[in-house]
Amino acid sequence: MSSATIVRVALGAYLLIFFSYLLGPLVVMSLTAFNSAAFPSVSPWACFSFEWFRVLYDDKHIREGIYYSIIIGVGTVILSVSMGLAASIVLTQIWPRLRSTYYTLIIAPILIPGVVLGISTLVFWDRVGKFLGATDGSFLHDLFHNGIFLTILGQSAFIASYAMLVFVARLQRFDPGLTEAALDLGASHTQAFRKILLPFMRPAIASASVLAFLASFENYNTTTFTIIDYKTLTTVLAQKVRLGINPSISSLAFIIIVLTIFAALAFEASQRNRQRKEAIKQGKQKSGSKGFLPSFMRGNPAAILFVLLACVVIVMISVANSYSAKECKVRVREARQIEIQQRIDALKKARAAKELANPGQSQAPATGDKPANAPSGAFGNVFDPNNLTDETQEKETPGGSGAFGNVFDPTNLNNDE
Amino acid sequence: MSSGVAVDLENLWIRFGDFVAVRDANVAINGGDFFSFLGPSGCGKTTILRSVSGFLEPSEGTVRIGGRDMAGIGPNKRPTALIFQNLALFPLMKVWENISFSMEVAGVSAGERRKRADELLDMIALEGQGDKMPSELSGGQKQRVAIARALCANPDVLLLDEPLSALDLKLRQHMRTELREIQQRVGITFIYITHDQGEALTMSDNVAVMKGGVIDQIDTGHDIYDHPATPFVASFVGETNVFRGKISRIDGNQALISTNRSGDLLARITPTQVGKMSVGDDAMMFIRPEALQLGEADASAKTTISAGTVNEEFEGNSFSVFLEGDGGKSIKMSVPNVGQDNISVRGKDLSLHYDANNAIMMPAGELASD
Ligand SMILES: Nc1ncnc2c1ncn2[C@@H]1O[C@H](COP(=O)(O)OP(=O)(O)OP(=O)(O)O)[C@@H](O)[C@H]1O
Ligand SMILES: [Mg+2]
Repeated sequence: MSSATIVRVALGAYLLIFFSYLLGPLVVMSLTAFNSAAFPSVSPWACFSFEWFRVLYDDKHIREGIYYSIIIGVGTVILSVSMGLAASIVLTQIWPRLRSTYYTLIIAPILIPGVVLGISTLVFWDRVGKFLGATDGSFLHDLFHNGIFLTILGQSAFIASYAMLVFVARLQRFDPGLTEAALDLGASHTQAFRKILLPFMRPAIASASVLAFLASFENYNTTTFTIIDYKTLTTVLAQKVRLGINPSISSLAFIIIVLTIFAALAFEASQRNRQRKEAIKQGKQKSGSKGFLPSFMRGNPAAILFVLLACVVIVMISVANSYSAKECKVRVREARQIEIQQRIDALKKARAAKELANPGQSQAPATGDKPANAPSGAFGNVFDPNNLTDETQEKETPGGSGAFGNVFDPTNLNNDE
Repeated sequence: MSSGVAVDLENLWIRFGDFVAVRDANVAINGGDFFSFLGPSGCGKTTILRSVSGFLEPSEGTVRIGGRDMAGIGPNKRPTALIFQNLALFPLMKVWENISFSMEVAGVSAGERRKRADELLDMIALEGQGDKMPSELSGGQKQRVAIARALCANPDVLLLDEPLSALDLKLRQHMRTELREIQQRVGITFIYITHDQGEALTMSDNVAVMKGGVIDQIDTGHDIYDHPATPFVASFVGETNVFRGKISRIDGNQALISTNRSGDLLARITPTQVGKMSVGDDAMMFIRPEALQLGEADASAKTTISAGTVNEEFEGNSFSVFLEGDGGKSIKMSVPNVGQDNISVRGKDLSLHYDANNAIMMPAGELASD
């Protein structure tokens, strides 16, 4: 084997490991969304099912969380993009000697922990309210203690810096001569900004908006302090995980992943399409029809993938509407019950034998933690990781005591149908 | 001349921190003139233009346009239009939108703007190309669009910052004529900046020659070529041979210089220096290659140079003959090619003579380094 082959094999192995490390968890998580088992799992595969999407859809908290996340995201985009744009323009105008100090100052929020930003936002606006003499119940007091208002401000404090970095990169390629030319032709400063600089910045504004929205949507550290009595998707999820996880969260993750891939492919496809059109315009590429694909997919793997993915999703949705996992679940439950019955019998036998041999001991470690993995509908969600601590407790839980929090989980009801 | 608007610079100083970019410039530009600033790179030409268009406030002195002091008046309020060194066409606007930008910001309707843009496109011979993007134009076409865009603003003064420097020779020559024609047609004042002396000489009514922030001479192209005021102007504009030495005699407006290698040589004193030079001064004498002729003059005339030839070059319309000169620099003589055989002179000693009126004497000074 030549050294080149070794290098190539090693590189392939490395890439394989690298990508499984990156994407493996996502794939596993996506699969758990389709397993009817109550605890997110893949290996004891119960039934293929879409029920967790239903559960997700019926979950009022998650719906509200998404709703507020979007409102806050939009607010943050508006605020942080305008602040970032202003900050980046100031950077190009400021005296060169002050420039690096200003730059450091303006990107400092990125380096400050989100927790600190959250707490200080809370405290600062409370102070501002006090300073302005806002009394309890007045409009200002309510505003400064409003979770949405504070979260938008708190998140924008550092997202504006991200946006500014995007703008600075674009502004570096701006020819200030263009603004001068506009002024020279009689434009006011406002007109020069609106007609020359703003159109030039449009692509950067678009990408900064996407960036800002995503950063806002996924933010937890700051939000958890500023959100007060409202909720966002992240705070709802955090609460859920604390109380016990179920695959409806996997299904949410799956939807987010699919949307992300969709958006990325659509963007890539449109980019390639634009490039291709430009190439044709410049006569570098023949536009002659070749192959059987419609023109916008030709030489555009992203577009092809995009269309394929769209087909898969459509098929999935229609299958979900007609397919029911009921039969399968009944079968699985019966199988499970039989198995559990056998175990209980075995356990009883073992205990009886032990008690005969050693009357002092009442516990049989023989059960192991096997039942924890048993995603039987009858047992609901009780076997979440927090509960795996004590054998005795485990035995008591089938009732779903309040102490373990899972009683409120809507999935419990669904599973038992 | 026509009724254009005059531009005056009075005692203009422009400093960037401690650096003086323009030093005490005094320029009076007649209305309707084609006026050029000529000078090497970095001498402050753009800086002067920016102070006229309003992007720079002078550190001292006054800029007047049409007699009006422009202090405190922004670039968008001045009756000037600037054609930038890099053109600065708006890349995201179509050609016609570029051209009519000044009307757009004045609030003129799209239909009217389009009409005016099409008229201007006709004028610059780009009819029907209004819907292209600037990136789809050739260099010369961009050039013309920039001119049309500036003219569309109906300026009283058009400022052009080396607009032809990016073009190839053929196109440059073509655009020179075209610019001059446009200027004569619209009759407004053109202030043109260039480091190309050919451009300045062919197009301008008047030329200011600059060096290191200082204006050395303002004159017609002809006078600048024939009567340079300083050694810098003499050596920067056109080709010339320099002889250094000390003045040994002064005779009215003529002076005799004693050089190391070529002996005593007689020349006319440049007009601005007549009466100001005295015997024993360090001086420089300049003779253009085309003013030298083969053959010896009368010994008493003191206008003969004898030297060995070093090299000769064929240049199509002329031959250049190089002779040994002072300080390793050769003396260049230009012989028109009128069909005679190659005057094979290499290695021979030659005698050249000239008319004392075609040689210029002035106090020694800084030369243009080339
Ligand atoms: N904003 C500025 N700050 C500091 N120095 C400057 C500034 N603008 C110009 N200068 C200096 O002033 C001098 C003249 O510059 P200017 O741009 O007027 O040259 P120019 O004659 O137009 O040269 P070119 O032919 O290369 O365009 C240069 O030495 C330049 O470094
Ligand atoms: Mg310049």
